[in-house]
Amino acid sequence: MKWQGLVLPVGAAMLAEGCARAFGIQSDSLASPSQILGAAWGLLRDGALFAMLGQTLLAAFGGLLIGGGAGVVMALVLGLSPTISKLLRLPIEGLRPIPSIAILPVFLMVFGFGYRLEIASVSFACFWPSLIIGQAAISGIEPRLLEVSRVLGLGPWGRVTKIVIPAALPRLFVAFRLAAAVALIVAVTVEIALNPQGMGYELMSAQSSLRPEVMFAILLYIGITGWSVNAALLLAQRRLFGRAGGMHVGMHGGVAGEPP
Amino acid sequence: MHPVTAAQAAPPTTVESALLSFRDVSLTLSGRRILEDISLELRPREFVCVVGSSGCGKTTLLRLMAGLVLPTSGEVRYRNQIVRQPASDIALIFQDYSKALLPWRTAAGNVALALEAIGSPKAERAARISELLQKVGLAQHAAHYPSQLSGGMQQRLQIARCLAQDPTVLLMDEPFGALDAMTRQVLQDELLRITASGNTGVLFVTHDLEEALYLGDRVLALRPNPGRVAEIFDVHLPRPRDQLVTREAGEFLRLRRALFDFIQETGH
Repeated sequence: MKWQGLVLPVGAAMLAEGCARAFGIQSDSLASPSQILGAAWGLLRDGALFAMLGQTLLAAFGGLLIGGGAGVVMALVLGLSPTISKLLRLPIEGLRPIPSIAILPVFLMVFGFGYRLEIASVSFACFWPSLIIGQAAISGIEPRLLEVSRVLGLGPWGRVTKIVIPAALPRLFVAFRLAAAVALIVAVTVEIALNPQGMGYELMSAQSSLRPEVMFAILLYIGITGWSVNAALLLAQRRLFGRAGGMHVGMHGGVAGEPP
Repeated sequence: MHPVTAAQAAPPTTVESALLSFRDVSLTLSGRRILEDISLELRPREFVCVVGSSGCGKTTLLRLMAGLVLPTSGEVRYRNQIVRQPASDIALIFQDYSKALLPWRTAAGNVALALEAIGSPKAERAARISELLQKVGLAQHAAHYPSQLSGGMQQRLQIARCLAQDPTVLLMDEPFGALDAMTRQVLQDELLRITASGNTGVLFVTHDLEEALYLGDRVLALRPNPGRVAEIFDVHLPRPRDQLVTREAGEFLRLRRALFDFIQETGH
């Protein structure tokens, strides 16, 4: 069945290749599929791909771990302490609507160019989905289990580590997966906008040096990267949580893109 | 032998031997009176059943005893201390066993949770877990997850977890209500066998009147809106009890009639 999904993309690529050859396109903004594949092979062979991929992934995952982790911890704190939850409601509602791109100038001033700028921006962006879904995960815990922990006499630490976290884990992983998609988007965006490293920056320099085949090749690699990260996390989710985690895949999968 | 009225049966003084006692306990939740002026007591090794039409506060009564809810007025005392929070040797068995078990832990792991909570030494846990699983007939299923067990087995597992607390008081909230009739009878007898050998007082909430008479030393009947103790039936049936002999005894049938009549009156 899987080959059917390839019919349209391969057909379109062949059509584009055919047109490019038939009409002999010479363009600063378009390239034929064969030129793009050639450029992609070039990037792979001379190692340029791995350099930029490494930079982008390092920033994306660094930010994902910091921001996503902080979001989950914050969700736990808010879920367990009504007092802190009340105190932080206003600050959270005020900060959350700020687009992560709008905070770039501030981070640039604080961190300068480089990994710290990019990781801080990705962290900021990943914090929110992780916090919101984390809160939903914690409020979705079976109340009976919390009563069981009280009747058994588990202390607060035991309650968090033995009941709350394991019970919320499948949904927390969904939060992590969605935040991972956000992380990649924001990392590339920051590179395109101002940070001189990674795939986003190489994409922009290919564009400004009028090399559309390299630009499209990098775009292709960005797509493959996003797809692979999501597919790997989906696989991990199914392995770790089986059907319990899989229930949420259908609900949110569209956001990050499903593998075929 | 004769049913005693609530006023006579509830001397609100703290009898020396009472494990758990209620004195004029009332509970109001969000403006609604749930329970009113409840006085009762549970003595060591006593098996008391609570019956009443639905909505008469049976479950709330158990939650008060477990320390999950605190009374609006009156006193709940355990070993003469006022109950302010759950105590580790009062165990509570929920009706919805599938929600009360940790689905990510095996049968052994679920029993271990109670041992971890009371801080029993790690070295002794394995032996204690297999002893408890043996006791409820789940020795072969130690490595199975709750989802791999039948309803009856899941409820046995919850009982094993509560026994791990080494409880002095066992509170049971319609524990067999969701099970089929055959499984229910088997578990009734197992519960009687387990509690006969120990020192545990049991408070057992049920909507099944015959079950209450079959298991209990006393049956407490509640009247609804708001929940009050209406009557206490003393069950003088010999132990060990037997599903056929006990249920055919004249005394059983007489009490059954009295209890049914009573519920008929208060149910409307």
